[in-house]
Amino acid sequence: MSSAPELPNVSTPHTGPSIAGNSGAEDFDPDHLLSMRDIAKNFGAVQALRHVDIDIPAGQVTALIGDNGAGKSTLIKTISGIWAPSAGQIFWKGKEVHIHTPHAATDLGIATVYQDLALCDNLDIVQNMYLGMEITRFGILDEIQMELTTLKVLSDLSVSTVSSVRQLVGSLSGGQRQAVAVARAVMRDSELVILDEPTAALGVSQTRQVLALIRTLAGRGIAVLVISHNLSEVFSVADRIAVMRLGTLVSQGPVVNYDTSSAVELITTGESDRVPSTFSSAQ
Amino acid sequence: MTTSQTDIESLDAPDVGPSTNLLAQVKRIWQGDSGLIPILIGLAALVIFFEVRTSVFLQPENITNLFVQSTIFILLGMAEIWLLLLGDIDLSLGYATGLGGAVAVILVSNNYRWPWYLALPLALIVTIASSSLSAFIVIRFRLPSFIVTLAMFLGLEGVMLYIINAQGTGGSVSVQNNILYDLVNGNLTPLATWIFVIVAAVLTSFLMLRADQARRKSGLGGRPMWITITKIALLGISSLLLILVFNANRSTFSHVVGMPFAIPIDLFVLAVSTFILAKTKAGRYLYAIGGNTEAARRAGINVNRYRRMAFMLSGLTAGIAGLLYVSRLVGISTGIEGGTYVLYAVAAAVIGGASLYGGRGKMIHAVLGGLIIGTIDNGMSLINLNAATQLIATAIVLLAAVIVDSLARRGSTTTR
Repeated sequence: MSSAPELPNVSTPHTGPSIAGNSGAEDFDPDHLLSMRDIAKNFGAVQALRHVDIDIPAGQVTALIGDNGAGKSTLIKTISGIWAPSAGQIFWKGKEVHIHTPHAATDLGIATVYQDLALCDNLDIVQNMYLGMEITRFGILDEIQMELTTLKVLSDLSVSTVSSVRQLVGSLSGGQRQAVAVARAVMRDSELVILDEPTAALGVSQTRQVLALIRTLAGRGIAVLVISHNLSEVFSVADRIAVMRLGTLVSQGPVVNYDTSSAVELITTGESDRVPSTFSSAQ
Repeated sequence: MTTSQTDIESLDAPDVGPSTNLLAQVKRIWQGDSGLIPILIGLAALVIFFEVRTSVFLQPENITNLFVQSTIFILLGMAEIWLLLLGDIDLSLGYATGLGGAVAVILVSNNYRWPWYLALPLALIVTIASSSLSAFIVIRFRLPSFIVTLAMFLGLEGVMLYIINAQGTGGSVSVQNNILYDLVNGNLTPLATWIFVIVAAVLTSFLMLRADQARRKSGLGGRPMWITITKIALLGISSLLLILVFNANRSTFSHVVGMPFAIPIDLFVLAVSTFILAKTKAGRYLYAIGGNTEAARRAGINVNRYRRMAFMLSGLTAGIAGLLYVSRLVGISTGIEGGTYVLYAVAAAVIGGASLYGGRGKMIHAVLGGLIIGTIDNGMSLINLNAATQLIATAIVLLAAVIVDSLARRGSTTTR
C-alpha cells in the first residue's frame, strides 16, 4: 500500500486549533470542513480549472452544478486525489493538506462515489461494503461481525429496501446499488462524501430514495458534495449551491439565494443579476 | 425513506429472507449459491445410465478406478479455477503437468537417483515457476492470458520433450521410486480408511454446525436447520458407502483393499483451496477482481499481486496433478496429450459450475465436473464405445452443463 507519508492520519476527528495560520487562509471559516483556494489544474495548454475557491461545510449538502465541460469532474477528481492541482491550496479542517493519491483522500476521510459505483456484482452486500477492509480473526474472515455492522450501517441510513444483506449486489435495483455504494463510504468513517450524478440512471421512486439518503448523510454531520444536472433535484436536496462555468467557480452560497432561472443564467452565462454579489465569487 | 419503499422495490430483489413458501425454498436451493444440485443430479443420471447398460459400473473395483481416473481432471480443474475466477485462463497447464511429472520421474530415475523428498518438491517448484513466468508476462506486458499461455503451452511441451528425450530411454521414462509409485497405486489400510473418512466427515459436520450456531447466536438467523441436518445425513451416508466401496476386495487374483492415496490428496487440495477462497482476504479479493477489477483496485486491492498469487497456486495444483499423473501411468512419455488435458480441465471447471468470465466458481465445482468427465470416460469404455463417441458425448454434456447453468442463473441477477 502506497501512502503519502507527509499526510496526518485524520481518521479520528481533528480537535486541534483549526486555523493553520497560513497566509492563504485569511478568509478561512472554521465551520468549513474543506476549503480550496485559488485552485488551478492544467492539462498541457488546456486550463481545466482556474482560480477556484470553494468551501464545503460539514453537515450540509453542497450541490455542484454546471454545464458539460465546466470542470465539475476535474474539481472532484482533484479533491479525491486522482491528481494533484497545478496550483492552489487545499485546507482540511483548517490545515493545509496535499491530496496527491486516492489513498491520501481516503485516509483524510474523503470518499467519492463515482457514477459506475465500483461495486462487484458477484459479491453480496456485506462483501462489497467491506471490500479491501475486511475484518479477520486469526486470518479468517469474520463474516458475522461484518454482517452485523453492515446491518447497522444500513439501518442507520434508513436503507430498508434490501431484503437481505447476503444477496448479490448484481441482483439489486439501481437505487439500492447507489445506497450500498454510499453506505460503503459512510462505513469507512468518511467525513466528506462526494457523489457524482447519483440519480442520473434512476427512476422516480429510486431517485426519491437516494435523495432521502443524501439528506440522512447530512443529518449525521457528514459533508456531502453532489454533482447533478437536474436542477429541481438540486433545489430539493441541497443546502448550498456552487456553480461552475468554463473551469471557474462563478458563484456559491446558500440555496435560498438562488432560484431555477438564476441558476440557469449562472450556468450558461456565468452571471446573474438576481444573486447577491457577496455570494458571487466570479473572477 | 421507509415510506418511499414500494412494493415494486421489494419484488425486484429475489426473496432470500425466511420464507414459508416451499416453492421459493426449493427454487433457492436449486439455484443455490454454488448451484451444486443440478450437477449432482446430472452425475447421478450418468451413473444410473451406465449401471443399467453395463451392470458392472457400480462394482467397487470400477468405482475406485473411476475416482483414480478422475483425479487428473479434478486436480487440473482446480488448477484452472484459480485463474477462471479472475477471468483468466491457462492453456499451458496440461504441459506444465507433463513437465512437472517428467522432472519428478527423471530426478528419481536411475540416471540421477535423487531422493523423493527433493525430487517431488522440485517438480512442484518447476510448475510454480512456469506459471509465475506466465503471470509475469501477462502482467508486465498487459497481454491476454489466453495468448501468453498458448505460447507457454508450446514452449513447455518443447522443454518437456527435450528433457525426456535427453534421458536416452526412447521417449519415455518409467517411475523407479516407491514413494512416487505409491502416490496413486498405494492404498490406506482398511482401518486407516475407516478412521480417515470418519474423521473427515465428523470434522466437516462439526464445522457446519458451528457456523450455523454462531450465526444464530449473533441474532442473524441462519438457513433452516433441516438443510444442515440433511447435508450431514447425506455426508454420513456417502462416507459410509465410500468406506464400503474402498474396503471391498477389488482384485480377482490377490487381495487389494483400502482407499487409494490419491483420494486423500485430492481432498487435501480441495480443503486447503476452498479454505483460501472462502475464508481469507486473498480468496475474497480473487472473486472481487474477477467480478470488477476496477472496483477491486479502487478498494485498495493490489490487483497484480493477487493475479500473480492465483497463477502460482494454479501452477502448484497442476504440479500435484503431474505427480499423480506419472504415478498412475508409472512413468512419463513424450506422447502425453497435454492439450487434451487442459481442455478437459477447463471443461471440468465449467461443467461443475465455474464461470469462464470470472468471479464465480468454487473448488468443489472442479471436483464434480472432473467426476462427470471421469464417469463418461469410464462408462463409455465399459460399454465399448470408441473414442469418437466418447468425445461427442463429452461435448454434449459440456454444452448441456453450460446451458442448464445459464438457464438456472438467469433471473438471479438483473441485466444491467
